[in-house]
Amino acid sequence: MLEIAGLQAAYGHSQVLHDISLAIAPGQLVTLMGRNGMGKTTTIRTLMGLLPPRAGTIRFAGQDIARRSPERIARLGIGLVPEGRLIFPALTVRENLIATSRGTFWTLDRVYALFPRLAERHAQMGGTLSGGEQQMLAIGRALMTNPRLLVLDEATEGLAPLIRAEIWRCIERLKAEGQSILVVDKNLAHLKRLGDRHFIIEKGRTVWQGSSAELDAAPDLAHRYLGV
Amino acid sequence: MTLLAEQVLNGLQFGVMLFLLAAGLTLVFGIMGLINLAHASLYMIGAFAAAWVQGRTGSFVLALLAGLAAAAATGVAIEVAVLRRLYARDHMDQVLATFGMILFFNEAMAMLFGRQPLMAAVPGWLGGSVEFIPGVPYPVYRLAIIVVGMAVAALLYGLIGHTRVGMLIRAGATHREMVRALGVDIGLLSTGIFGLGAALAGLAGAMTGPLLSVQVGMGDRILITTFVVIVVGGIGSVRGALAGALLVGMVDTLTRAFLPGLLKSVMVATEADAIGAGLSSMAVFILMAVVLLVRPRGLFPAHG
Repeated sequence: MLEIAGLQAAYGHSQVLHDISLAIAPGQLVTLMGRNGMGKTTTIRTLMGLLPPRAGTIRFAGQDIARRSPERIARLGIGLVPEGRLIFPALTVRENLIATSRGTFWTLDRVYALFPRLAERHAQMGGTLSGGEQQMLAIGRALMTNPRLLVLDEATEGLAPLIRAEIWRCIERLKAEGQSILVVDKNLAHLKRLGDRHFIIEKGRTVWQGSSAELDAAPDLAHRYLGV
Repeated sequence: MTLLAEQVLNGLQFGVMLFLLAAGLTLVFGIMGLINLAHASLYMIGAFAAAWVQGRTGSFVLALLAGLAAAAATGVAIEVAVLRRLYARDHMDQVLATFGMILFFNEAMAMLFGRQPLMAAVPGWLGGSVEFIPGVPYPVYRLAIIVVGMAVAALLYGLIGHTRVGMLIRAGATHREMVRALGVDIGLLSTGIFGLGAALAGLAGAMTGPLLSVQVGMGDRILITTFVVIVVGGIGSVRGALAGALLVGMVDTLTRAFLPGLLKSVMVATEADAIGAGLSSMAVFILMAVVLLVRPRGLFPAHG
């Protein structure tokens, strides 16, 4: 459903992405791994059209989406849960969910059932939520756009262990329901358990790709590229 | 006492007028990050269009609609043709470009209507005075302006607080890029907001016609006061624009009316007049300085 090949991108004169490739088939959970500053978030931003690619191709759902505007890319069916969550602080929880919603499967009730905490806080302003609640809201907000592909950028970063576990449970459940998901994260154990395919990037290049079994079979990979 | 009541109403009426101008300016500044000096031109265009239509047809209602429509159409046109290229540029570029637009529109109006001020009449059905506070007759037309302004404030409150467009406006004020990444065409939203703000500026201009003369450059002075309003109220916040507009309108009107008189009780009359006039024209800026000292982001900052 998503194929990225030879992707290059730059902030001004400093090139960050040199040769990124990535592929996701329908229903798969695919991970993007790499140390900080290697280009994971930049890859996501370029995929979403927030940064213009300098070269390479991005195909989604059979269409070439490189150089399209972010709103058109999102409307094709990519739901972004951004790094840092970027909840709308001046909107209530409920408003955060419905302001940009479209499609029919994911409704307020379904999101509230997935995250009962959000139902309890539905009238509270987004800016007053805890980090974990904001993360649930960011996931709920992306789901409410009924995406074909859900993109989670550092969705468990900076959260308490209990909340992390809840986010991972949610990701697992979404995968079981057939949702295609792209995950950027650092928790190797969870990624290996849930991921169908993994891509490791270093200094703006995809340097390795494979299955969880292949990742297990090459323990030096994690040490070399992920620093664990 | 009578005079005080009358001046308070005058302050309220001026405040409401400032609110109509400030609402659009603060939304555009808050959401698109654009400093739009040409807002003054939209006010002037609204006033000219209304005065012209009123002169032709004699209908005040048609005149109001014409003022609103002319300003909205001009606003949308300049947004699409020029301003949307400026959102990502720094404020200096925006100030230069929109100041250029003021010059352009001033000359255009002078070519179309001449340099002589146009006079617009208060319509008959809004003429005369009414004594709704006993002993204080007050012009019906000015009361009508207060009512219209308050109605607009209520409508905007409903729009921003309780509709999906309003949610997107509030969301876009803090995370413009994120709104786009969730699939909303913020360009369309921006044009809509800009058109709405322009229409309100046009409405203010159209209603001002019968009070002041309609002339080239009429918006330039009130624009400065409008910027004071949005800074006092908190940039990007319509609630702040309302509070700031009423406060500034009141302070400006009351100091002009009473400060020279008060000073006369403590100094020579000629000095009191001179100092009073000077101080009262500074009053809104002193107010702004005080507000910024106490609340650096204004009374009701929009961004959380």
